[in-house]
Amino acid sequence: MNELKIVATDLHKNFGSLLAVNGLSFEVGAGEVLGFLGPNGAGKSTTMKMLTGFLTPTSGTALINGHDILDDSLAARRCVGYLPEGAPSYGEMTVRRFLEFVARARGFAGKEAVRAAGAAIERLNLDRVPEQTVETLSKGFKRRVGLAQAIIHDPSVLILDEPTDGLDPNQKHEVRQLIREMSSEKIIVISTHLLEEVHAVCNRAMIIADGRLLVDDTPAGLIARSRYHDAVTLVVEQPERVASVLSELPQARKVELREGELTVFPAEGSKLFQVISDAVRENGWSVSELRLEAGRLDEVFRQVTQGGTV
Amino acid sequence: MSGSVAAVVNVTRRELSGYFSTPVAWVFIVIFLVMSGVFTFYIGSFYERGIADLEPFFQFHPWLYLFLVPAIGMRLWAEERRSGTIELLLTLPITTWQAVLGKFLAAWLFVGLALDLTFPVWLTVNYLGDPDNGVVLAGYIGSWLMAGGFLAIASCMSALTRNQVVAFILSVVVCFGFLLSGLPMVMNLFTGWAPQGLLDVIANFSFLAHFAAISKGVIDLRDLVYFGLVIALWLLATTIVLEMKKAD
Repeated sequence: MNELKIVATDLHKNFGSLLAVNGLSFEVGAGEVLGFLGPNGAGKSTTMKMLTGFLTPTSGTALINGHDILDDSLAARRCVGYLPEGAPSYGEMTVRRFLEFVARARGFAGKEAVRAAGAAIERLNLDRVPEQTVETLSKGFKRRVGLAQAIIHDPSVLILDEPTDGLDPNQKHEVRQLIREMSSEKIIVISTHLLEEVHAVCNRAMIIADGRLLVDDTPAGLIARSRYHDAVTLVVEQPERVASVLSELPQARKVELREGELTVFPAEGSKLFQVISDAVRENGWSVSELRLEAGRLDEVFRQVTQGGTV
Repeated sequence: MSGSVAAVVNVTRRELSGYFSTPVAWVFIVIFLVMSGVFTFYIGSFYERGIADLEPFFQFHPWLYLFLVPAIGMRLWAEERRSGTIELLLTLPITTWQAVLGKFLAAWLFVGLALDLTFPVWLTVNYLGDPDNGVVLAGYIGSWLMAGGFLAIASCMSALTRNQVVAFILSVVVCFGFLLSGLPMVMNLFTGWAPQGLLDVIANFSFLAHFAAISKGVIDLRDLVYFGLVIALWLLATTIVLEMKKAD
């Protein structure tokens, strides 16, 4: 058995004159849940389509567990479970028949295929609908069918293109739960434009825009790039007066007043929270809210994808 | 090797069951049977001829197939593209060729089934007279092979587009060209400027000529090879088209 690893080397993909993916290189190892983040059209899906062998890279290549996606495509594909964007499936088939078809295509024969389909149905809580045709199912169920076919052969690499897109909050929670459960011994790559998702399931995030890798970091590291990281926000009476006092503090770099909320940004390396709560007590301000900001992912995202680096 | 056979069989099975879970199959079979009956008994003057053979039955098959086979073949790949399942199918550990062959075989078997269901015509002719059943069998084989040729063309046209109507029209046009390529109407386009060698090749492309030979009971190896080659080449073209424009 080869080492569990994805190695992408200088992947390029052109569609005519459009550069969809422009020199992506990265490595992913076991236990990593990698989130591809990026605006629409950033090249996330195209990258996934190349990793799964659907599209041929214009140049560059990738190894999936040591199998080259160009020279050894079938072996690479055997390692991978893939949920394409929108979770397409054959609508006129019943859930069970569809999963049995995928199982057989994945090399299960006869009874084994039936058993694999049954196991996937159980795993994704499809027990209520196995004999229903896929086209009659709700969006959430369809997505689960797509996930069921992706994990039916217990792949070591899972590539999920927008696995929670269009699901309601409960369904999102379920899918994320499932991803977390499976993550320990696999490589999971998901794409999303939901920032909260990165926080919820990933332990690594890559921001991609215009086919280029802009940031490769942990979700915590990503959030720490936010200018709001370690800032303190308070809601207080007479905010203008409080703002002028707080801006005198040596630990404060900047004070912003927006919609009644006062946000104090720390100077390099300073911790603000204690200082401000002391100031509140000393001055006897009437504070209705006081919180430490973790950082704002959406702001980091905007900054990275629109303004270059953070 | 057995693995790749299993892969093709799996695709064929899925595709075939797909036909029967939608009205497509039943509509096709009913129309095929009704039309072949109409052609045989009214236009073909089956009874009036007073000859115990199935020539009036088979002679209209090329024209029947011209419209009905593209109707079956148009969905082969256009539908996969439209619904996005092409991405699912072609990222499974099966080759594009296996998928192309599997889907083609399903459609071909299906047309074969429709053809088999015309057996009452055969029973009728045996009841009325004493036909040469060897010739009848040859006619069926020839007809099925010709349907395979049409289907392979339709498969390739279907791979070109996500729109089934476009696939249908392209298929009819190309099939029509192949059907008529031996007739003066088409040959006149080429005579005068094309070399004789090319003219012979074009004339030999005609489905009609090869089918006519088989349906008269003459199973010539060259005719079998011809249809085999036509099918293989168009399926190969389908594979190439899919490889080139998967993402579209």
